[in-house]
Amino acid sequence: MDTETKGAREILFVIPRYNPETDSAPQNRQYTVHVEPGMTVLDGLHEIKNNQDSTLSWRFSCRMGVCGSCGMLIAGKPMLACNTQILHVADRVLTVGPLPNFQVIKDLVPDLRPMFEKHLAAEPYIHRDDVDPKAVPGDEYYQTPEELTRFLQFSYCIKCGACMAACPTLAIDKDYMGPMPLAQLHRYNVDTRDAGFDQRKKVAGGAFGVARCHYAGECSNVCPKGVDPARAIQLMKRDLVLSYLRLRKRSRPCGTIGPDPHTRPKDKVPQAPPFTVLT
Amino acid sequence: MAQQKTYDNRLGLKGWWGGGRWGIERYLYTLHRLTGLGLVAYFTLHILVTSSRAFGQAAWERWMSTVGNPILRAGEYLVVLAFIFHALNGIRLVLVELGFAVGQAEEPIYPYKTSLNKQRPLVVLVMLVAAILVVVSGYDFWFAD
Amino acid sequence: MKETRFWTWHILAGVVILILGGLHMLTMHADELLGLFNPAGGYAIDWANVAARSGQMIFPYIYILLLGAALFHGYYGLRNILFELGLKKGARAVVNVVLVLGGIGLFVFGVWAAIASRSAV
Repeated sequence: MDTETKGAREILFVIPRYNPETDSAPQNRQYTVHVEPGMTVLDGLHEIKNNQDSTLSWRFSCRMGVCGSCGMLIAGKPMLACNTQILHVADRVLTVGPLPNFQVIKDLVPDLRPMFEKHLAAEPYIHRDDVDPKAVPGDEYYQTPEELTRFLQFSYCIKCGACMAACPTLAIDKDYMGPMPLAQLHRYNVDTRDAGFDQRKKVAGGAFGVARCHYAGECSNVCPKGVDPARAIQLMKRDLVLSYLRLRKRSRPCGTIGPDPHTRPKDKVPQAPPFTVLT
Repeated sequence: MAQQKTYDNRLGLKGWWGGGRWGIERYLYTLHRLTGLGLVAYFTLHILVTSSRAFGQAAWERWMSTVGNPILRAGEYLVVLAFIFHALNGIRLVLVELGFAVGQAEEPIYPYKTSLNKQRPLVVLVMLVAAILVVVSGYDFWFAD
Repeated sequence: MKETRFWTWHILAGVVILILGGLHMLTMHADELLGLFNPAGGYAIDWANVAARSGQMIFPYIYILLLGAALFHGYYGLRNILFELGLKKGARAVVNVVLVLGGIGLFVFGVWAAIASRSAV
């Protein structure tokens, strides 16, 4: 290997190791990794596991910043390991730890179930009374580009948990919903296909909802996809206050369009097979 | 899924302080809480002390000379500072938390500009006005005679 | 939705405190520079000034409004901080009762003092 590459150097990884079968508390372990420019933290962890300590455990999958599996505390900030270059965040020593504000199962693996349970409590799906989307799956919803923009940013969330790890309220109050579920709550509230604002009000305006957010803003600072959950939560606070003061504009959810009526049906086209998805 | 043995990785109250890598808004949040606690504590005592005016001049002046001692005067100035910061930061928080200073949802393009960037001018304004008021009140408190 | 209601009033109380409390701060701590509401000159806490303010028609009622707003704002904020420490349901109920009773008690006492001081001058 060319050790004369500009910028290549030895970096000391400091990782708290925890094995639930043998340890009662995490212990820091050190590993020296030869780092070339462009290597991500995920590459470094693989190097350790392949060549130094095969018991090191962490979650990863896509290695390109879209699955949200590899969220960790890197150099003191919650980030994705796969899209963080080692030499961007470390000179000689790099601390890599599990995401804070979660229980830790092993090494760098947090227990994310509370986050997903809170996400489910936010009812993150389209609520419609008038139209059942599964009944006529060929129909499209009629939505303008402006209506799309109102929620598109918040739909980029990959559920990595970095925002939950950065939130100061979650640091002390484990029952708080957290930035990700609340941002997803707002994402559906402003989606014009959805009519579920009143159903979600109880959770959003409840004791563990937006009232516990005080705009420390760290969630938006650390989000690797630019979702800006802090913005979503503040916009939702306004919606809830307006709803309380009976000033919120009620609008009907957008309608659906069936198949284009102007196309002529084609001849000799075989029938579609029956649905394979349960409707 | 079977029960797993885990350890609690919550930061606790330390999570309010961060590690020096957090944004300024997080520190403003912590300071807003601390000044709020200080003001609530002071205010509770303030109600009790200033109600002495209902008992006449002698009672009032007795209390005023008690709270006039130098240590309590210095504490009172801290309360003035806390009020200035809490009120001005509170104005910023009202604007932000009602969705006025955070901007609308937009397509995120790396490097991301978030709502924090949008409301940063408010932070600067708040700190500037607070600094001016601190100087003015400090002059009136300690020097004007 | 209950929290949203509390929070809305918390914000409104904050605005009231900003205006009335700000005026109070200027009266008390810019007395040398501005002399607001201090007809007798000198310090704002001199008895002459206190008596003048207490005896006027409007002042006791402004103080009562400020007292109510500040007690609600402050004690709701304190409740927020305490609840976020992760209290169990029983502890939450206790905190609620203590803060409500304490707040109402102080409010009643403060109102009495404001009205009684009109005739104590």
